[in-house]
Amino acid sequence: MTNKVATSGSLRNRLVFTLIGGAAVLALLFFFVVRSFSVQIAQQGQDNILLASATSMLDAAAIRNSTIELDLPYSAFSMLSTQADDRIFYAILQDGKFLSGYEDLVGVDASSSNTPTFKTSFVRGAKVRIISASRTLIGASERTEIQIILAQTQDDLSKTLDQISRNAAFLGFGFFALTSALSFWATSATIGQLGKLTKSVTRRGPQDLRPFKRSVPKEMGPLVSSLNSLMGRLDQSLSQSEDFIAEAAHRVRTPLATVRSYADATLQRVDKEENREAMRSMIKAIDESSRAAGQLLDHAMITFRADHLVREEINLVELTRDLVERLTPIAEMKDLSLALHSDDQVIYKGDPVLIQNAVRNLIDNAMKYGPMESTIEIFVSRVPSPSVTVCDNGPGFPVGEIESLTTRFQRGENSKDIVGSGLGLTIARDVALAHGGNIHLENKLEGGACVTLSL
Amino acid sequence: MRNLVALGLIIWCSAVWSQEWEDRKLFNTEDAATNIRIISSTDTDLFAPLVDAFVSQNPDVSIEYLVTGTADINHRFRASPEAFDIVISSAMDLQFKLTNDGFALNLDGVTHPAWAQWRQSLFAFTSEPAAIVIKRSEFAGHPIPRSRQELIEALRSRPEVFKGRIGTYDVRQSGLGYLFATQDARASETFWRLMEVMGGLDVQLYCCSGEMIDDLTDGKIAVAYNVLGSYAEARPESRETLEIILPSDFPTTMLRTAFVSKTSSEPAAAKRFLEFLLSTQSNRTGNIRSLPPLIDQTAGVEGSKITLEPTLMTFLDTLKRNKFLAEWENALIHN
Ligand SMILES: Nc1ncnc2c1ncn2[C@@H]1O[C@H](COP(=O)(O)OP(=O)(O)OP(=O)(O)O)[C@@H](O)[C@H]1O
Ligand SMILES: [Mg+2]
Repeated sequence: MTNKVATSGSLRNRLVFTLIGGAAVLALLFFFVVRSFSVQIAQQGQDNILLASATSMLDAAAIRNSTIELDLPYSAFSMLSTQADDRIFYAILQDGKFLSGYEDLVGVDASSSNTPTFKTSFVRGAKVRIISASRTLIGASERTEIQIILAQTQDDLSKTLDQISRNAAFLGFGFFALTSALSFWATSATIGQLGKLTKSVTRRGPQDLRPFKRSVPKEMGPLVSSLNSLMGRLDQSLSQSEDFIAEAAHRVRTPLATVRSYADATLQRVDKEENREAMRSMIKAIDESSRAAGQLLDHAMITFRADHLVREEINLVELTRDLVERLTPIAEMKDLSLALHSDDQVIYKGDPVLIQNAVRNLIDNAMKYGPMESTIEIFVSRVPSPSVTVCDNGPGFPVGEIESLTTRFQRGENSKDIVGSGLGLTIARDVALAHGGNIHLENKLEGGACVTLSL
Repeated sequence: MRNLVALGLIIWCSAVWSQEWEDRKLFNTEDAATNIRIISSTDTDLFAPLVDAFVSQNPDVSIEYLVTGTADINHRFRASPEAFDIVISSAMDLQFKLTNDGFALNLDGVTHPAWAQWRQSLFAFTSEPAAIVIKRSEFAGHPIPRSRQELIEALRSRPEVFKGRIGTYDVRQSGLGYLFATQDARASETFWRLMEVMGGLDVQLYCCSGEMIDDLTDGKIAVAYNVLGSYAEARPESRETLEIILPSDFPTTMLRTAFVSKTSSEPAAAKRFLEFLLSTQSNRTGNIRSLPPLIDQTAGVEGSKITLEPTLMTFLDTLKRNKFLAEWENALIHN
């Protein structure tokens, strides 16, 4: 009984995609933030050095004998030396007039405010960072402004930035990979709880409606508790209906027995053939009803015991022998003999009442559907699993129906004139299933039916 | 008429071209497909063995080797950078500035130690200390000065011998002389005292190391200050008469450098030559070498070795240069 459940999407995929997507976005964000920060910091570093250099140049300026003197300090250029051999350009201006250095720098930055200004531009085809700084000199009779324009290429800077970018990319990727692995793990751990619950639901026997006791994560609590309450209600309604059936069967059986004895007595007294015929049909119907009531009662009992299966050690051989002895008188009435073939003992842990009931139903069938004056063979064996097999020499199961005979109230076409309810094989099957076994029906090649109850 | 003028101009130009070089030599002119032109401050005798070795390995390349002074190299090359393929000079500062100004070609794939190159464009291939070279005969019976201080004392003690017989670079003309002088001035005050002593003794000024050593050999002068020891060593006839002294107080060591012009018409051949030059000069056991080898400076003792760094541009600043020259003239020239 496998129902196709309508599903849409996967919780696992959704979780994994959300987590990995989030990790990717975060990793990218990390990369860009680190990059932009390091661009700022590296640029700041270069600017600071340029400022220091320009300041040292400005500091070297002095007015002597009313002419300007600027004794370029050695340190001004030595501090601009970089690993990547960056080029430097500079210009010294007095009141906007070029004094020395690189004349093509003049006009690159026209600002002559007192605070140093920085900008990025191109000089001689190379990308450079330019600082422009100035200082006012006051001599005896004049004031003059000295301006320094200093430019440095950015090879070292971009080298450093490349390095940082590469490291940030590695780090970002590592973070992403780690988070991905983590999200896979977290997802399967979370989904795993659901899987566990599913497994313990499917592992249960068909009659097992006990509530789940094992602790589950908090979030799954409501699901399990509603599952439990659903099963509780189901269990209750099932046992109510079984109780009801058993009660009903019991109540029907007693009056039926009374009716049956009256009918028997009446049949003795009736002479007219047509009335006798009617009485016989009546008796058959009564037999059928009381058989059905008996079987229903048995079935209800079996369902109950299977739910609360109590296993005890039993010897299947002894159990079967008991049964055979009890049934022998009935068999002899039909000139039938029951032959038991078995080992000394087959020890099995199970419910003796259930197993006896099942085997009785099988022998009962063999006697009902087998021919008179024949032998019913009963085998009890230990291998491959503890089992009881009942075989007769009758016509066998009707071909084509063999699959469906174990379902409830299902009777074969060969059972027309034979009293029965269609529950015998169902009882046997339920007993087998309750013990974790199964029932197997087959027709022998030389004729006759064989039923194996394996436990 | 106009054609005549043009013709005249061409003739005049080529005349000027050949006249104005200190030396000019062609190598392997016969069957060469590509011609590279080297402008250099290194004397042809010193450089020729290296070029010969190169053209014998590369018969497809011919070389025109042009020699002039370091300051002149700077002027000529700036005026027409496309006319030359390789620039070789001992004036590190001028070479450095040319590179900084973007005249040098970036040579990817040339492996050279970081301290001996700048921007993968300017490559050093010799280490040459500035030396005091003296005529032995003039110091017979007197202690030979081992440092600048000792030289000052020696000059002061015998002014009659040295008057008019001391030589040094005219730093206004020679790029290398200016480099040595500025580095000396930066390293120690002794330099200025020495200059004053020399100025008082009527110093002779020279454009080039070669001429100074000529006059020293001839006996016209007795002491040459800040001259390239390699030039003196290269003269077999002067080996007995001259003594090369590396001042023990602080030696000034220059790196001879080369670069390929950015506007070179034969960059591939020029690069080949440069690689040959570098590998020959870095190889300690090479026997074709006629120039001093490149010696790892980082293992050196003193700090006064000139490094390939932006600081080289400091003394090239016009204001700074004018100030330095004024001081130098003030110390050296009294008239
Ligand atoms: N030994 C047998 N030989 C032939 N047919 C059989 C045999 N045993 C069972 N059957 C067929 O299987 C059907 C189902 O058997 P089952 O025992 O479940 O019901 P029943 O015997 O008809 O009724 P009851 O509940 O009284 O046993 C029978 O109606 C019969 O057709
Ligand atoms: Mg039956």
